[in-house]
Amino acid sequence: MPEGKYLAGEFFMSGDEACAEGAISAGCRFFAGYPITPATEIAERMSQRLPEVGGIHIQMEDELASLAAVLGASWGGVKAMTATSGPGFSLMMENIGLGLMTETPCVVVNMQRGDPSTGLPTLTGQGDMMQARWGSHGSYRIIALAPNSPQELYDLTIRAFNLSEKYRLPVLIMSESATAHMYEKVVIPPVSEIEITPRRKPTASPEEYLPYKPDSDLVPPMANAGDGYRFHTTGLTHDERGYPAMSAEAQDKLIRRLVEKIEKNRDKIIELDEDGIDDAEVVVCAYGIPSRVSFRAIERAREEGIKVGMLRLITVWPFPEDRIRQIAGQVKAFVMPEINYGQVVLEVERCTGGMAKTIPVPHMGGGVHTPELILDAIRQAVR
Amino acid sequence: MSKVTGDNEKHPLDAYLRTERLPHIWCPGCGCGLVLSCFIRSLLKSGLNLDKVAVVSGIGCTGRVAGYIRLDSFHTTHGRAIPFATGLKLANPELKVVVFSGDGDLVAIGGNHFIHAARRNIDITVLCVNNFIYGMTGGQLGPTTPLTARSTTTRMGSIEEPFNIPYLAAASGATYVARWTTAQVRRLEKAITEALLKKGFSLVEVISPCPTYYGRMNKQASGLDTMKYYRSNSVIKPDIDLKYADIKLNGQIVVGKFVDIERPSIPNL
Repeated sequence: MPEGKYLAGEFFMSGDEACAEGAISAGCRFFAGYPITPATEIAERMSQRLPEVGGIHIQMEDELASLAAVLGASWGGVKAMTATSGPGFSLMMENIGLGLMTETPCVVVNMQRGDPSTGLPTLTGQGDMMQARWGSHGSYRIIALAPNSPQELYDLTIRAFNLSEKYRLPVLIMSESATAHMYEKVVIPPVSEIEITPRRKPTASPEEYLPYKPDSDLVPPMANAGDGYRFHTTGLTHDERGYPAMSAEAQDKLIRRLVEKIEKNRDKIIELDEDGIDDAEVVVCAYGIPSRVSFRAIERAREEGIKVGMLRLITVWPFPEDRIRQIAGQVKAFVMPEINYGQVVLEVERCTGGMAKTIPVPHMGGGVHTPELILDAIRQAVR
Repeated sequence: MSKVTGDNEKHPLDAYLRTERLPHIWCPGCGCGLVLSCFIRSLLKSGLNLDKVAVVSGIGCTGRVAGYIRLDSFHTTHGRAIPFATGLKLANPELKVVVFSGDGDLVAIGGNHFIHAARRNIDITVLCVNNFIYGMTGGQLGPTTPLTARSTTTRMGSIEEPFNIPYLAAASGATYVARWTTAQVRRLEKAITEALLKKGFSLVEVISPCPTYYGRMNKQASGLDTMKYYRSNSVIKPDIDLKYADIKLNGQIVVGKFVDIERPSIPNL
C-alpha cells in the first residue's frame, strides 16, 4: 500500500465509511456499485479512496452489472466488493448464484432499509435476512455477517473478505440504515496487525490443473485469468475440469460439496457474542441494531431481578443451530427483536424443537424498537 | 487454410479447442462454429499472447463458445457477459477480454450493459452472432427478429421493429463497428483481427444462420439456403448512414466496416 494512504488510529466515522475503510484494509482494490440510499456513502468513499491505494472504482448502470463486474474483477485476481440496499440486493440475487456456482470470492454489503419494494429509502429495516439466505434460486449455503456498530462494520468487512477467500463464495454483510448512518469512534489498527487470508493458488501445472478439484476442506484452489492456466468456468453444473456436466450424478457431487464446504466448517465461520446465558431463564437473541436496544432492556430486566442472557448473532448465516439447541434445553424462552415481521426468529423456533418458548418482537421498520417493547417481551417470557 | 488430408479426426485449430468436449451442441448448418474458427484464426493473426486473452460468454447457443475454446473462458449469466468482462478488464488491464455472445444475450436481456459499455468505451471486443432468433430455447422472437418474420412466439409474424445493432453501437459510442455475414469469412476474419487490436469498445456483428428455427420458419429451409441468401443479398456499404443498415425480412444485408475512430477508452485514459 502506498505510504501514508493507509489510515491507522482513532476516527469518528459513519458505518458506511467504516465499511469502506475495512474493505481497503482487507486489500479490496475494486468496487463496482450503483447509487442507493443508505449505502451510497460506501461508493462515494471507495471512489475517493481506491485510486489513492492503486485500486479502481466504477459506477455501473445497475446492480446486475455491479455484481457481474465484481465477479469479473475477482477472476482478474483483485479483491472486489459492491454495496447496496434492498432494491439493489434483489437485482443482485442472479449473480450471487453465479458467484456461488463458480466459487468466486467477493463481498456484498446490504445496508437494509424499510421494505418491501422501494419501501423506506432513508429509514432502517432488517427485512432482507431470509432473502440473504435463500434469495438466489437453488440449494446453497451462504455466509452473512451482521455488525451492530461502525467499528464492527470495519472489523467484519475485513472478516468477510477473509471468509470469502477461504471458502470461495460471495460473503454478505447484512447491516442496516441505522448503523450505516451512525457516527461513532472507529479504531483502525496498524496495517501490520491486520490478518489477511490470501487467495489459495493452484500448485498443479496448467496441464494438470483441475479448477474444481477441491482440497481436503472441500475448497478448490483458484487460478486467475491470465495466469496461463487456460481454465473454463461456468454457471452450469460442472465437473472437476469446470466443464458442463448435465447429469444427476454431477449435480449431486457439486451441490453437496458447495453446501458441505460451509456446513463442515460451521464452527470456524460462526461467531457469537454471549452474555449471562449460563444461569439465564430468558435469552434475548438479536443481531444488528436491535441488539443495541436489547442491552438497555436486559439491564432493566436484571434490575427487576429477571435472569436474562444475551445471544448476539454476529454470524447469522450459517445459523448457529447447535448453540440454540443447547441453550433451548436450559432456558424458558428466547425473545427475539427484529426489524421485520419475524424472519430469523423462525430459525430459532426451529432449533428449539419446542424445548423453549420463542417470543418474536417484530418491528415493521422505519425505526428501532424501544427498550420497553423488548422488556415487555422479557417479562412475558418469565410470567 | 488447411489442406484436405483425409484425416477426419484432426482439425488445424484443435490445439485451441477443448477437443475433449466435442462434438459440440450446435445444429448442422449453424453459424456458431464458423464464427469460432474465424475468431481463432483472427486471434492467431493478431499476435496477442493467448495466455492473456479471456473469453466471456453469456447464455444461449453462441454463449457456449466459452466452453469450447481453450483459453481462460467464462460462461456467465444471461445478459451479463459485458459487465463481467468490464470487471475482468479493469482488474487486469493486461488482458484482452473478448465477449462472444448472441443477439438475444447482448441486446435484449443485456441491452443496457451493451450501450453503457460502448458509452464508457470500455476496452473490450464484442462479437455478436446475430441469427435473428432465440435458438437455445427453441425459436422465439429475438430483439433482432425482422418485422413480419415468424418465430414460435410470433406465429403470424413479428409486429416489432428489430434493433439495428451497428446503428445502436455507433450511437452509443463504440470505436469500431463492423458487420459481416458467415458467407464472407475472409472479411469477417479481418474485421475480428482489427477489432481485437482496437483500443476501446469494438463490435463485430456476424449475421449467422439458424436453419433449425429461424430458417425453417422463414423460408430458408437449410443452412445452405441461408448462405446463398447472404451471398446474393449482402451489399458492402461502409459509408452508409447506419440508420439505413436495418435488416428487413429476406431483404438486403448491408455489410462493411462502419466505424473506426479514436476516443479515450477505459482503462487506457
